[in-house]
Amino acid sequence: MSAVSVRDLTVAFEAVRVFNGLSLDFEEGEFIVLLGPSGCGKSTLLNAIAGLLDISEGQVWIGGQNVTWEEPKDRGIAMVFQSYALYPRMSVRENMSFGLRMAKTPKHEIERRVSQAADLLQITHLLDRRPDQLSGGQRQRVAIGRALVRDAAVFLFDEPLSNLDAQLRNELRIEIKRLHARLGKTTMIYVTHDQIEAMTLADRIVVMKEQKIQQVGTPSDIYHRPANMFVAGFVGSPQMNFIEGRIENTGSGPIFVSGQRRLPLHGYEFTGNPSSGQEVVLGVRPEHLEIVEVGAWPGFKVDLIEPMGADTVIWCRDGDGSLQVRTNGSARISTGERLSLGIDAAQVSLFDLRSGQRL
Amino acid sequence: MIAAVPQGRRPRRLTIGRIGVYAFLISAALFFLLPLWIMVVTSLKPMEEIRLGNILALPAELTFGAWSKAWSSACTGLECNGISVGFWNSVRILIPSVILSIAAGAINGYALSLWRVRGANLMFGVLLLGAFIPYQVFLYPLVRIFSTTGIYNSLLCIVIVHVIFGLPTMTLLFRNYYAGLPIELFKAARIDGGGFWTIFFRVMLPMSTPMIVVATILQVTGIWNDFIFGLTFAGRENLPMTVQLNNIVHSTQGERAYNVDMAATMLAALVPLVVYFVSGRWFVRGIAAGAVKG
Repeated sequence: MSAVSVRDLTVAFEAVRVFNGLSLDFEEGEFIVLLGPSGCGKSTLLNAIAGLLDISEGQVWIGGQNVTWEEPKDRGIAMVFQSYALYPRMSVRENMSFGLRMAKTPKHEIERRVSQAADLLQITHLLDRRPDQLSGGQRQRVAIGRALVRDAAVFLFDEPLSNLDAQLRNELRIEIKRLHARLGKTTMIYVTHDQIEAMTLADRIVVMKEQKIQQVGTPSDIYHRPANMFVAGFVGSPQMNFIEGRIENTGSGPIFVSGQRRLPLHGYEFTGNPSSGQEVVLGVRPEHLEIVEVGAWPGFKVDLIEPMGADTVIWCRDGDGSLQVRTNGSARISTGERLSLGIDAAQVSLFDLRSGQRL
Repeated sequence: MIAAVPQGRRPRRLTIGRIGVYAFLISAALFFLLPLWIMVVTSLKPMEEIRLGNILALPAELTFGAWSKAWSSACTGLECNGISVGFWNSVRILIPSVILSIAAGAINGYALSLWRVRGANLMFGVLLLGAFIPYQVFLYPLVRIFSTTGIYNSLLCIVIVHVIFGLPTMTLLFRNYYAGLPIELFKAARIDGGGFWTIFFRVMLPMSTPMIVVATILQVTGIWNDFIFGLTFAGRENLPMTVQLNNIVHSTQGERAYNVDMAATMLAALVPLVVYFVSGRWFVRGIAAGAVKG
């Protein structure tokens, strides 16, 4: 039994229909990240699960029950929003206990849960303050605390860290991960456009684009075996390099050919049988390009160098193509230099030029 | 880093342009203050002095007789109880009308902006359209409706009229204010289990103070200054101050008691005047806040 299950979902706004029968299952205790650019429908999907918008077709099941027509409060969910959404005229304590008071929970129980959650999030000293007396990070802690006291089986996060500065974002991200580990059986569904958050937090990532699911998989799957060119280009920074070319079948197996350059593809796991002459795009991550003394791919001219501390990103040009190479931060390379690059065929991705799907 | 140091010549405090601006502002202020000045000084003069004709002069003999007469014994037709009767009538009309129209507008605005009722935009459009139709068009139909239902010429009748006619503006004001709040606040409250009324009273209303202040100012001044609805719907017993003032000014026999007329007018204008002076800052702030988002 899935903790949350979305079946054949369609949401109709005034003029547009989105999703058109989208289905997705979330396992109990899983941390799922919905990742995609803005407008891809990830927040709409989250709102549909929360019951904050009316769905026109399909069903939403939570904890083995059909909650399609249940009110948000009856779905056993808690939600954390990007803008914190704290009630401005209530103290932190009142904010956190609002839902429990609405549900007529006994006073001592409210007291117990609020202090427990406050303790966990280290906001006990803030309980009597108003939201406008808190910093952004503190506000989001309170918002998480408010979700926590609801004792929900499913947590929904709608870009919770997007309003925070970089350092706080890292801190809270780690805290959310710890929280998930501590709560154990709580399912978390987390919407973000930040791939770092997605990679670091998720058990599974759902990559979305234009209201369609592009790929569902573990962070490692998504990163190393992207299902199509969109996923490959969206995840990873610096971006994956794309090189157009074609497949040629030879006696010793298929090889990738782009102009003068060739790459034997042994070690690459094809999902089907590539046909000879098929036009493809080779995708290779910057860290999978190696600077070598003598290699199959010589003659790249260094165009630009971006030192990033631990790593250095080198932009190389070859004719009209450009490649980014990620190399050790201590490498001594200067612009104008010519490099030879080595590629491990087991680490690349091949996509069909027309459909963009992985081969 | 270099600190930003202002460059160039320090601007002169008084330029020709500035003098021109001040001259214009001062003369405009004097122009608009002149009627008030004439009213105040005239109301403080005895009739003998008014007959001399120096309407701008300070009173030679200061007297408050006209004020007390205007308040308690000026004739508004057959009765001679002054404008105080009208004052209290206006208060009795004002208080329920203001409270009810603001409450209705706030609830309306809340429902239209956050609950996205089916056809909300159409309803709102129709409501606004109502605000653009001249009042006079409604007078006769409303009189017929009220006499049929038997509440014509009563306090209830005039209050209902004020609530109805206040609705478009009040709804607009609150709808725009609530539409400007982060929608996530409303979503959070729904997940926390608030229903329509709980969210309204516990979350939205406590945040609405600026709009309530603005709405109060608009409604207090609007309803206090109303003449035609009061005359048409309130009935003889409940005629508001504006109607009584008109009666005082027009029912005098023989010589016109200018000082009493002036004093009565000042008394009638007192409430809106006080409201503006006390709340001017709030008023501007609220109007600006309400106008930003549509």
